[in-house]
Amino acid sequence: MNLAGVYAIWQREMLTFFREKPRIVSAVANPILWLLAFGGGLGSSVVIPGVENYQQYIFAGILMQTFLFSSIFYGAYLVWDRRMDLLKAILVTPLSRSSIFLGKVLGGVTFSLVEAAIILVFGAIINIQYTVASVILTLLVITVATAGLTAVGLTIGSYMTSPEGFQLITTFVIFPLFFLSGALYPLSNLNVYLDVLNRINPLTYIVDTLRGILIGLQYFGTLENIVVTVGFAVIANLIGIRAFKKMRA
Amino acid sequence: MSVVETFGLTKNFGKVVAVDNLSISINEGEIFGLLGPNGAGKTTIIKMLATLLEPTSGTAKVNGFDILKQPDKVRESIGILFQEPSSDELLTGYENIKLYAMMYGIPKEQISKGITEALELVELADRKDDLVKHYSGGMRRRLEIARSLIHKPKVLFLDEPTLGLDPRGRERMWNYIVRLVKELRMTVLLTTHYMEEADALANRIGIIDRGKIVVLDSPKALKKALGGDVVTIRATRPLPTEELRKLDCVKDVKQEGLETKITIEDVGENLQQLLKIAGKIESVEVRNTTLNDVFLRWTGRTMEENEGESSWFDKIVQESVEKA
Repeated sequence: MNLAGVYAIWQREMLTFFREKPRIVSAVANPILWLLAFGGGLGSSVVIPGVENYQQYIFAGILMQTFLFSSIFYGAYLVWDRRMDLLKAILVTPLSRSSIFLGKVLGGVTFSLVEAAIILVFGAIINIQYTVASVILTLLVITVATAGLTAVGLTIGSYMTSPEGFQLITTFVIFPLFFLSGALYPLSNLNVYLDVLNRINPLTYIVDTLRGILIGLQYFGTLENIVVTVGFAVIANLIGIRAFKKMRA
Repeated sequence: MSVVETFGLTKNFGKVVAVDNLSISINEGEIFGLLGPNGAGKTTIIKMLATLLEPTSGTAKVNGFDILKQPDKVRESIGILFQEPSSDELLTGYENIKLYAMMYGIPKEQISKGITEALELVELADRKDDLVKHYSGGMRRRLEIARSLIHKPKVLFLDEPTLGLDPRGRERMWNYIVRLVKELRMTVLLTTHYMEEADALANRIGIIDRGKIVVLDSPKALKKALGGDVVTIRATRPLPTEELRKLDCVKDVKQEGLETKITIEDVGENLQQLLKIAGKIESVEVRNTTLNDVFLRWTGRTMEENEGESSWFDKIVQESVEKA
């Protein structure tokens, strides 16, 4: 593992990210619309026991939506890199593929943290009560979760042969993961098939963890949530590294 | 000593043989040109040598390291200029090179000096802090050359280094290549489909057609093997052909009335001698042998004819027709 090399990959991602400000704006604009318009609108006629209002309830889910989109797309963007000789130029350096992969994952995690931080600021507007501990824990959970999600994106990007399939990612990966995660509804009264689909989705546990930290409402046990979140990140990265090593330049 | 050596290197894409049992050896300090039309297999060869693509069979050694067994060592030994742009538009020239220097594990304290030297070599030092998106095509190519030199590789692969450059940019690029080979004593493998480029740069040229090297020699020898240059002389009376034939440099004389076509070796040195014998003449026209003639001689087609013919699609169609 060449740490200077990993750092170089990460730094490249950072420099380009912060020079493309519209990307940051568009990444947070949608979740904020969801939070204010959808959350406010539906919230005017929906009451969830134990929570002040519906907006607060879905806040953890909207936070997840932000980093779900940003890290999967960030990873899958690899398919564009591969089309150009930019990635080839990196692949012919002595840097190992797992180092390149790690640098990319760190890049994805950092982007997501920046975007999530902006959303967290909006949380104050809907009266989420933060403590130092809850902010630190939230960022920690996001770090682990986005490491896993970026790896998923990179895996998709290393298997895709052309950017034409990009739309399919939204339809068949991101939306199912989002809508079947309890981001927008409680898990307690679901029918059997929705219950099963939510339970096999690791993001359900990630949202539940975040909701526990942010508004003190949690469905699963804390240990269960930690095991699933960490386990998901580890497995996704192992699969991702494998895919990245086999990827044709 | 050979720095790049291939042993029966072969790559198939499905039924298409992109590189066919290639065995070449490139000497230290040499500029070796692979000349051939688009789709002849040049880029595939470079990709395999750079460990980006696994050969179907055969192998190669680069700087003494096997591309299959020691890919990491191979990658440390090579610099490469890709055919397509490969610098980051949103980074400055300096940043682009700096990040690569870090990936090559160059010690921090050497990086800044190394970049300055490399940028000076390609005359980009004054633009180093501009974003690459404000660079011209030629500047980007030069930046990428500088980048590929940052770890002082033994071998440099240049894949169509002047593709898309205007004539002036092309000539400048040639000067850089010649200079860095001299100054840094590098071995260069160059691919090109420009005759003049191979002629101007390469010590030896392998003409490649459909994945195979059809002939390999120095540009001079390749042209010489065709017999030499053709001098056409018109005079008011027929020339003394017997006398002309007696000259050592004259290979062939064809006379048609008042016009005489003389095939001659090394026209620069021997034209005077020829004209002395010819005496009073009306006009003289010299046609130098070009690599195009060489290509025609060895493949039976001109490069242009070949361009259209060698697309993947046509190849596949052609193959299936041959099978049927």
